[in-house]
Amino acid sequence: MDFEELIINMGPQHPSTHGVLFLQLKLDGEVVVDCQPHIGYLHRSIEKIAENRTLVQFVPFTDRLDYIASMNNNVGFCLAAEKLLGISAPPRAQYLRVIVAELNRVASHLLAIGTFAQDLGAYATPLFYALRDREKVVQIFDQLCGQRLTYDYVRVGGVSGDLPPGVDQLIRDFIAYERRMLAEYHDLLTGNVIFCARSRNIGVLSKEAAVNYGVTGTNLRASGVAWDVRKDEPYLVYDKFDFKVITGQKGDSWDRYDVRMREIEESLKIIEQALGGLPEGDPVAKVNKVFRLTGETYMRTENPRGELGFYLVGDGGPLPYRLKIRAPSFSNLSVLPYLVRGLNISDTVCVLGSLDIVMGEIDR
Amino acid sequence: MEQTPGWVTLGKDALKPVVAFLKDGPGAFISLHCLTGVDRKEAVEVVYHLYSFEHRVMLTIKVILPNADLTIDSITPLWAAADWLEREVYDLLGVRFAGHPDLRRILNPDTWTDHPLRKDFKMAGVVPKPVK
Amino acid sequence: MAVNEKILGAEGIDKVPGGGFVLARTEDLFNWAKGASLWPLTFGLACCAIEMMVTGGPHYDIDRFGSGVFRASPRQCDVMIISGTICIKMKESIQRLYAQMPEPKYVIAMGNCAISGGIFYHDTYSVVKGAEELGIPVDVFVAGCPPRPENLLHGIIKLQEKIRTRKEKTA
Repeated sequence: MDFEELIINMGPQHPSTHGVLFLQLKLDGEVVVDCQPHIGYLHRSIEKIAENRTLVQFVPFTDRLDYIASMNNNVGFCLAAEKLLGISAPPRAQYLRVIVAELNRVASHLLAIGTFAQDLGAYATPLFYALRDREKVVQIFDQLCGQRLTYDYVRVGGVSGDLPPGVDQLIRDFIAYERRMLAEYHDLLTGNVIFCARSRNIGVLSKEAAVNYGVTGTNLRASGVAWDVRKDEPYLVYDKFDFKVITGQKGDSWDRYDVRMREIEESLKIIEQALGGLPEGDPVAKVNKVFRLTGETYMRTENPRGELGFYLVGDGGPLPYRLKIRAPSFSNLSVLPYLVRGLNISDTVCVLGSLDIVMGEIDR
Repeated sequence: MEQTPGWVTLGKDALKPVVAFLKDGPGAFISLHCLTGVDRKEAVEVVYHLYSFEHRVMLTIKVILPNADLTIDSITPLWAAADWLEREVYDLLGVRFAGHPDLRRILNPDTWTDHPLRKDFKMAGVVPKPVK
Repeated sequence: MAVNEKILGAEGIDKVPGGGFVLARTEDLFNWAKGASLWPLTFGLACCAIEMMVTGGPHYDIDRFGSGVFRASPRQCDVMIISGTICIKMKESIQRLYAQMPEPKYVIAMGNCAISGGIFYHDTYSVVKGAEELGIPVDVFVAGCPPRPENLLHGIIKLQEKIRTRKEKTA
């Protein structure tokens, strides 16, 4: 019997594409024969802008790359800049950077879990739980730097300000609160029969394929590769803290969810230790506003979505000659066609949700 | 964290066999971490960052392509990760990767002819930032 | 007739005391209904979309203003919240989405990017400088990068005021 292949356009406006992603799906009935992602719908020419801004001026743009984890982007870029300039931040600033980066990782993973559950059809409840808890982190950041989403808190050579009075207690309260709330997520999702049936054995990514496609971060660890830049090539003061590298076994969508859930606990542990060992001193950046950039450097950090790399090239002037942003979601998305071939169209949404992409950094 | 301070420059014909050896040889550089390009006005540098999980070393390889012949062998057969990264370099800098299965623009509209990250890129409607 | 009860947010509609009646001109009644049930399009462009999601979330609860029903199809929507940077590749999709929305339709430009290009105004080759460049008439501009959720709610209240006080042209 003859069948006709059906081409379905999913996006750029679609509730489950996490922004402005356009997927062209070739279907045989319900089964995906081929998937062609089209990106660039949020291409804001950030790499071109970088060539016309000094390092200090460029920091706000890093907020808008991966807008769910702005602090981590700030940290990544400032570390790359400091590596090129050969300077380093005061110890208190380094601890504060760890605290804000891990807080933002918790917020980002929460949102990833919430939207993933929503993609699987759990309308609103898990997402609202996630937004409720994320709001607490956002309010801490709001007190810290006056912004809710685009923080610009980490600066080249330090941070923009010290912890305001009372905020360390807020962070401690949040850690205790979130530990309690994680049990709620486990009740709601981890043992949920429908949730497991929808995500187990869906979109299995083997170790070899993950490395071959350049997949990094939680998605790589879910495939069983114990690799975390924080642990294996420690930057900032991560080598002083005790935390585990979480891995999954199979690399299916459920593993990717599970790794995120358990990473939240590890991040809370890191924040607790960093708050406990916070050294005295002035964390505010005291460096020039304009630098002469010479040579080139590559710096990568562990973002919630994977390894964020900055390749910074200078030519002796104050402006970077070239800045390449190695966005983790870019590589993580490129594996999607490989994962969804042969799956049902409804599982495409599940795989996409479990990869946890942000279009802002894919398109830059 | 000690990442390699320098880089290795290769001729464009040597690139593919050398990286194939690096990938499968004792170095075990199994991860293509990043692939990008830098416009050096009279030439374009294509920069490869390879990583070895086993030895924990990042290796930077550069290939310098003169403007007259911006063609280089694609390494997509070796790494699936190279597919989108090469398309991006083609889109932004105009380097053609011979043997790439699907060399199309990835970020910008297909109808464009310019490559925006070239230093001589000019376009109507681009407002430069005023200098104080 | 003594009228002493008011319906919140509906200036032209008066409740008759002691009975289940209101007295109003149909125009005021329709405008009140329109303003109190603005269904937005589920349409996130960039960073501001996260704040739009938060506004719809439990803490800010956009449902208090009747705008919590985010619809995925433009055919079922009343208001389009342009939340983020408009890039040239996205241009036609936005215009088409706007054209697909049924009348009466309203547009909120959320964030500096949707107003004028914002932080991406200078040195960019792929950003459209504001929603009005696309020929989409914007009713309310909400400034900020990104605007706080309270700001977006304020924008929705302003839009409701605008709808309520609008006089329809009679042929």
